[in-house]
Amino acid sequence: MSTILECTDLTKKFGSKVAVSAVNLKIERGQIVGLLGPNGSGKSTMIKLANELLTPTSGTILIGGKKPGIETKKIVSYLPEKTYLNDWMRVHQIIGLFSDFYADFKPERAYEMLKSLSINANDRLKTMSKGTKEKVQLILVMSREAELYLLDEPIGGVDPAARDYILQTILRNYNENATVIISTHLISDIENILDYVVFINQGQVVMTSSVDDIRNEKGKSVDGLFREVFKC
Amino acid sequence: MPWELKSDRPIYTQLIEHIELMIFSGVYPLGSKLPSGRDMAQEAAVNPNTMQRALVKLEEDGLIITHRTSGRSITEDARMVELAKTKLAQAQISEFLEKMQLMGFEQSEILTIIDNMVKEMKK
Repeated sequence: MSTILECTDLTKKFGSKVAVSAVNLKIERGQIVGLLGPNGSGKSTMIKLANELLTPTSGTILIGGKKPGIETKKIVSYLPEKTYLNDWMRVHQIIGLFSDFYADFKPERAYEMLKSLSINANDRLKTMSKGTKEKVQLILVMSREAELYLLDEPIGGVDPAARDYILQTILRNYNENATVIISTHLISDIENILDYVVFINQGQVVMTSSVDDIRNEKGKSVDGLFREVFKC
Repeated sequence: MPWELKSDRPIYTQLIEHIELMIFSGVYPLGSKLPSGRDMAQEAAVNPNTMQRALVKLEEDGLIITHRTSGRSITEDARMVELAKTKLAQAQISEFLEKMQLMGFEQSEILTIIDNMVKEMKK
């Protein structure tokens, strides 16, 4: 198995505030990884560093052996925490935009998912509820045939039934060589589909483990362990 | 049979138990073909790698046979299934016995209770 994402002494400071602090982390291909941590722990900052939306203060981050840039964006499909799509656009227009932008975008896959979630491709984003907008964005991101999917809080505003469908969608659409990194604090909903979890707190990686190792050794779920480790 | 997974035990051992039960109860009869690992993972809403691990373990135990070109099937060896069934029964019973001992029952008392209950059920 080769490495898709590698951080070496990765540090990001905002002024005097350290958001990510000397992180060393290696993530192999073909896994679904949970990036778990309390609010403000550095989850989104890590993901933005992997996207070149932020640049490291020191240290390096490599995607498939390359620094984030044009080449890595071809293989990374990113779901940001906030939408960047124009809300006057209709869903089918956005699908056209994505088809132009990304060589690996599969419009037929997007239309199929829209249909199963009963979303009309002629609707404009601005007429949609928060949850529906989130679904549209996730559909767009998962309709690419990427090597690395970075999903920042993908299921936050979505109802439990749609959540199940979205998890199924993630399982169905990622191929064996692709890697999915999901940042979330809704752990109990997603832990069954994770291979591996990375706990981060105050910008540092505090634990990495496989889900079944945690259950085996501690006799509790990842959710239970999270509540214990990050008890307020 | 719905896949009900508990959160405090490893997922892959639960998948093994579940597939074993499906074999014992005849959902997957001897010699029948299994769906692909990916489809089974999706049905159980678990990670395909975890399902793969469970299937490999079942193959090691001789309950599942992997054909190089045509996927997996259930063994045709009824003895293998009998053996695994007995093993599962023993595990269940020893768990039960431990609990009864914790409650302070003697072995003979446990047997009497079971005996009475079986008679009761027959009526």
